[in-house]
Amino acid sequence: MNAVTDTHLIHDIEVDSHHRALRFLTAGSVDDGKSTLIGRLLFDSRAILADQLDTLEKRAAGQPIDLSLLTDGLEAEREQGITIDVAYRYFATKTRKFIIADAPGHEQYTRNMVTAAAGSDAAVVLVDITKLDTAADEVVLLPQTRRHSLLAHLLRVPSIVFAVNKLDALAQPGPAFAAVSKALRAFAEQAGIAVTAIVPVSALRGDNVTQPLDGEWATWYQGPSLLQVLESLPGVQEKVEGQLSIPVQYVARDSGEQGEGDGRMAGTGYQPRALWGRIAHGQVKAGDEVQILPSGQTAIVAEVRRAGETVAHCVAGESAGVVLDRQLDVSRGDWIVTPGSATPTQSFEATLAWLDTEPAVPGRKYWLRHGNRWVQARISAIEHRLDIHTLAEQDAQELKVNEIGHVRIETQSPLPVEPYTANRLGGSLIVVDPTSNRTSGALLVR
Amino acid sequence: MNAPLNPQALAATVDQRHLDHLEEEAIFILREVAAAFERPGLLFSSGKDSCVVLRLAEKAFKQRVAGNEFKGKLPFPLVHVDTGHNFPEVIEFREKRVAEMGERLIVAHMDESIKKGTVRLAHPLESRNGHQTVTLLEAIEEHRFDVLIGGARRDEEKARAKERIFSHRDSFGQWQPKEQRPELWNLFNTRIRPGEHFRAFPISNWTELDVWLYIARENIPLPSLYYQHERQVIRRKGLLVPLTEVTPPEAGETVETATVRFRTVGDMTCTCPVESTAANAADIVAETLTVTVSERGATRMDDRTSEASMERRKKEGYF
Repeated sequence: MNAVTDTHLIHDIEVDSHHRALRFLTAGSVDDGKSTLIGRLLFDSRAILADQLDTLEKRAAGQPIDLSLLTDGLEAEREQGITIDVAYRYFATKTRKFIIADAPGHEQYTRNMVTAAAGSDAAVVLVDITKLDTAADEVVLLPQTRRHSLLAHLLRVPSIVFAVNKLDALAQPGPAFAAVSKALRAFAEQAGIAVTAIVPVSALRGDNVTQPLDGEWATWYQGPSLLQVLESLPGVQEKVEGQLSIPVQYVARDSGEQGEGDGRMAGTGYQPRALWGRIAHGQVKAGDEVQILPSGQTAIVAEVRRAGETVAHCVAGESAGVVLDRQLDVSRGDWIVTPGSATPTQSFEATLAWLDTEPAVPGRKYWLRHGNRWVQARISAIEHRLDIHTLAEQDAQELKVNEIGHVRIETQSPLPVEPYTANRLGGSLIVVDPTSNRTSGALLVR
Repeated sequence: MNAPLNPQALAATVDQRHLDHLEEEAIFILREVAAAFERPGLLFSSGKDSCVVLRLAEKAFKQRVAGNEFKGKLPFPLVHVDTGHNFPEVIEFREKRVAEMGERLIVAHMDESIKKGTVRLAHPLESRNGHQTVTLLEAIEEHRFDVLIGGARRDEEKARAKERIFSHRDSFGQWQPKEQRPELWNLFNTRIRPGEHFRAFPISNWTELDVWLYIARENIPLPSLYYQHERQVIRRKGLLVPLTEVTPPEAGETVETATVRFRTVGDMTCTCPVESTAANAADIVAETLTVTVSERGATRMDDRTSEASMERRKKEGYF
């Protein structure tokens, strides 16, 4: 163990973070080795500190340490040996910072997998090759592999990587990996999933996790290691070009926001307020004409602020403070857009991922949140449910926990929704149960 | 080992976009708190994380007029849970900073909880850290806070790594890890019933290194004990225990003078310094890059008792 602790630096001195952190989630069935894989990534990239290793060594009591224990943070998880909730882990290599969302594999905790996927730039779906019949004519994938890939795809996680694990347990890993790759590609094609990479690994031994292969495996796999794949993936690309869209988050009422003197714009009697909001897409600068939705009023941008300072312009992803040239009635929940670019609607179709143990009931009133607006809404129809094994569309009267369906939504007031595929922010909503206040579902506008 | 590096050169070469992104996210979360809740408060212990959150709050709600000066007021008061066992440097810093900023400070004194009998100490020198929960929850009730902003980071500890950015607490102030609300995109579900509240963590995704990079970049003032100074300490179980009136030497222990700094500030009975000659934030950035022991492992006596000690305290309502 000494050899490890001696070389243990939290980050390499040559750390050079030219990118913003890549956020990725790990998914896959229970016992596919997710926790071991994450432990291995953290361990091999030297993100584990001496005192944390000490704890593991004490628990190992002389046996080889169990890297999976690094990630199970809750008592119930350690008792049951499973991951219940998303944990976030941090590590860095010479070229990049990473945030791992460690999502649970159990079907009953799918809501947490969805939580992890909604904020991720990439998904690593683990496939335990020892659970598959790789000698069969057609390899049958496990339901959770399909479910998690599909969820990641539906949530438009930009990159989906399959990590085929436990190859160390097979006598003939090469042909088995080829057979599983073929099955994964066939499934992905059927589901419309663009596969970024399929990478063979042994999380237990550390093969091909951070270092590329040499030796026997290299005869049948010449590709990059899992970490090399992750280092090369694109982060979220903000949509800086095109129409402006800002959900108004907060209207600064305080007089402290104002300029010199009494804060009134010369001769107008108008006290400007800053409208704060994180830009969904486009950019904004002084002089731009903008429209407020849903009221439809227009104004000219007098000033743009960011983080307490006046700036020349703000772009997608930044929290802008927009000061208008005239007094308009604007409040939290409204949108600032390029005039004529969006049409609010009270009815739309969406994919619904249901996360609550109480089923989704058509006709019942729920709260929806779109951007910064809460509205009452109902599911007016469930068009069908997706069978996650076959991807077939089935008739359904309700959606139970962890089910996914296509639905029609009616809202009490108009929302400027956009297709989720075109814009993550404009096309996503959450469904909240008005009785329990639980977040019951995730809506993706079709 | 690698060659020693020049801290100033290092701080200058670290790409700022990662920090910009973290700042952006934190400002978004702070504004969400102010917009979505009726009665927020910002937990301010004078520690480095809360000093960073305070700077982020200035950027979210004020307008910078010159250098480090911001004009305007925060839309919520600062709240300090005072265990009565603070390092004097910390209280001095708190008073100075609050006066400079012109903000409102609410101090919840544990001594009052002790007087009322809601906190009972097993012995007079017992660590008061764990008992903070009682005083905190009493302050939440008294001031009817519906959300408290905290500077907790997910890289600190395993149970923290599990916590949502908007963390729901029931009417007993308790965290229920299995019942956490899914956190989807940036659509935070902040709906709440009377008596319940939230904890909001704008710097969840920051690491200790990010915090120091930001302190260096923004020139954020901190209590002096974060930087190198001479202090009387006792070496005990691998920790450097500071000599104070509440942490006297035990029989047979020797008091020595060491050059130290604190990586974290907390209750005097449970917070230890580390040996260091780092005199400014850039030095600490360099030190953090090569550190081999976690922040809590190096500095906290009370987290060592059990693997689940943080989780158990959080379930009881600890922040």
